[in-house]
Amino acid sequence: MYKLLLCWRYLRTRYIALASIISVMLGVATMIVVNAVMDGFTHEMKDRIHGILSDLVFESQSLDGFPDADRRMAEIRKIAGENIAGMSPTINIPAMLGYSYGSQYVTKQITMIGVDEATYASVSDFGNYLQHPDNRKQLDFKLKEGGYDTWDHQASDRSKAPTREGMQNAGWEIRRRKARYFSHVAVPDGSLINPFSENKTPSGDAPAGNTALAGGPAASEGTEFDPAKDQHTGCVLGIGLCGYRMSDGADGFLAFPGDDVEISYPTSSKPPKVLSAKFTCVDFYESKMNEFDSNFVFVPIKKLQELRGMIDPSTGIANCNAINIRLKPGVDLDKVRDLLRANFPPQLYRISSWKDKQGALLAAVQMETAVLNVLLFLIIAVAGFGILAIFFMIVFEKTRDIGILKSLGATGRGIMSIFLSYGLSLGVVGASVGLVLGLLFVRYINEIADVLGEITGQRVFDPSIYYFQKIPTIIQWWTVAWIVVGAMTIAVLASILPARRAARLHPVEALRYE
Amino acid sequence: MSDTLPSSAYGSHGLNLSNMQIPSSTRGLLRNPAHVASPQTVSQLLSEAVGGRREILAAHYVRKSYRKASLVIPVLQGVELAIQAGEFVSIIGPSGCGKSTLLHLLATLDAPDSGEICFEENRIDNLVSAGRDILRNKYFGMVFQFYHLLPELTTLENVLAPAMIGEGVLGYWARRRAYKERAKEMLELVGLGHRLKHKPRELSGGEMQRTAIARALVARPRVLLADEPTGNLDKHTGEEIMAILRRLNREQNLTIVMVTHDSRIAAQADRTVTLVDGRVVAA
Repeated sequence: MYKLLLCWRYLRTRYIALASIISVMLGVATMIVVNAVMDGFTHEMKDRIHGILSDLVFESQSLDGFPDADRRMAEIRKIAGENIAGMSPTINIPAMLGYSYGSQYVTKQITMIGVDEATYASVSDFGNYLQHPDNRKQLDFKLKEGGYDTWDHQASDRSKAPTREGMQNAGWEIRRRKARYFSHVAVPDGSLINPFSENKTPSGDAPAGNTALAGGPAASEGTEFDPAKDQHTGCVLGIGLCGYRMSDGADGFLAFPGDDVEISYPTSSKPPKVLSAKFTCVDFYESKMNEFDSNFVFVPIKKLQELRGMIDPSTGIANCNAINIRLKPGVDLDKVRDLLRANFPPQLYRISSWKDKQGALLAAVQMETAVLNVLLFLIIAVAGFGILAIFFMIVFEKTRDIGILKSLGATGRGIMSIFLSYGLSLGVVGASVGLVLGLLFVRYINEIADVLGEITGQRVFDPSIYYFQKIPTIIQWWTVAWIVVGAMTIAVLASILPARRAARLHPVEALRYE
Repeated sequence: MSDTLPSSAYGSHGLNLSNMQIPSSTRGLLRNPAHVASPQTVSQLLSEAVGGRREILAAHYVRKSYRKASLVIPVLQGVELAIQAGEFVSIIGPSGCGKSTLLHLLATLDAPDSGEICFEENRIDNLVSAGRDILRNKYFGMVFQFYHLLPELTTLENVLAPAMIGEGVLGYWARRRAYKERAKEMLELVGLGHRLKHKPRELSGGEMQRTAIARALVARPRVLLADEPTGNLDKHTGEEIMAILRRLNREQNLTIVMVTHDSRIAAQADRTVTLVDGRVVAA
């Protein structure tokens, strides 16, 4: 009883000891904040990668792929059918994207992905990342009249998401305007002699017959192609391919849904040749992973098979080079992967989970978190030495009291437990204040970042770099619990040496101590 | 006086030591029926003992020396001392003659180099520390020249300290009312019933020493060991303290061993033992 009473009185009367736990407190708070932010980033990233990549990917080693996706899918279903929620064949090939912006022609290196629009959304979160609400429900690669989101629909707080200039006209509206702008002036007979004559035909009112004559876009399917009314095959562009983010977080665009783009792709002939085709952008794909958003272009798989010559002319069976598999929730990813690996020859097929595909990135983040945690825990350990020093001071100061307690019959163990419980209560105070501080910091981290940005004039969190509007945070309670318990343990460990010293003091010498 | 005190505070539990690990040489201490008796019977036994001159505390050929680097300073050189139950004995001698050391040895705060210390005819100087802790907590009361109160605790808490030390958290909590009653009673006995909530720094020297006496008495000790209880007090306050000690000896039959260098103070005891150069000299 006296232990608790004395420990409590020491705690209330010795502020120097409270000073020593400020570093424990700060260490705990920092560790909580860092872990929350790192976990937030990791979670967001995993979520995104997982959403983009589907659970398992079944790929051929060659770009030309394997014939008859349906038969492969039937085989996969036979092997691991009870675990599979959905499958969709795709073709992934490297390609070049080109489009005009004003007078310049922008080219980008891309990965062109042929997707089956009917099933692809069922194996990944692809649909959620599109900009038109109808496309989010079901993509059909048809340009919409309008109604594309003019803000980032994935932003948690719409009022803070900046308006995307230009998106309000995206769709057929932009296409018609461009067509009018680029349409060629019809040249009636004799007007070449006097271009300034009064009977000039107003521009934008060109007869359709003259566009082809003047070298307009090639007519498709045997009819005249009118860019104001017709579209090429639809494609979905990664938002990073034609967008850029300004420092205030607003987006600018070089092209919009409705614009035409050209894609140069390798054919499946031996050796591959490069051909190019025109597509019409029908939507943007925004996964918020810069790596994907500035790389992916989605086109209908049938059109791509046709263009690349992947359809066997005699049987009509088309090749594809990947099958995306989504598993049922709760199924062990690696188990199904290993099962499939055992059943398909690795010389022909590469079977990997989404984690394998992004393993290096995830491992790097994990490594970073681990190193940060070690460094921050060292801060708390340093705080432990502070407690050690202050405790030795307190033991010296309390030498006579220790002698008194011993003369009253206190055991060495009792004296020791005064100082151990004193250390523990310092740890508890430090860790809990740190816990509260850390949790508050995490709760208001975006506000704090804004205030810091205003004070220093430099944005702490730049959305143009991270593609997140806000700093993502996740508090994992077992991590928090470990941090708090660790801090308390260090405080107790640091008080062991002084407490032992106190316990071993000779009562007579302690009583004589001045 | 003790017959009127509540018997629950120290009567029922304090002597239940039979499960302690104590060397066989001291088992007699625990088997002695006097130790498992209620306070009433103890006081009866004590009053019988006064008549029968029962030896309560004794030192036999005790030697003690201190070591400073390579120098050995002999302090006690074969002290022979016997204190009867109910006696008020003062040990007197010049500074440095070893009288405080002798008191520390009697209280088992220190161990002699050779010789024996006996409490109720059982040897106690070779007890394991747990046994000595219990002796100091329940059988001896100690008063020091510099009061030695705990500055963080109030007067009442200081007096309660031996009870808190002797009990576990739960045991103390269960009996806290009885202990508090007892502590208040002891403070009233020394005339400090009105200063329960004061910290030691708010008390005068005499008040602090009276608090220390109350603390020493709270556990109903068999022997009160006082080390220069008046040494730090003026003559008038010292007289007050001596009056309290004499009253305790007279009314409660408390055995008191007091160390002092002041022959006038020493003369107020029943018997004076003079210590010169580490030996007892005949008065």
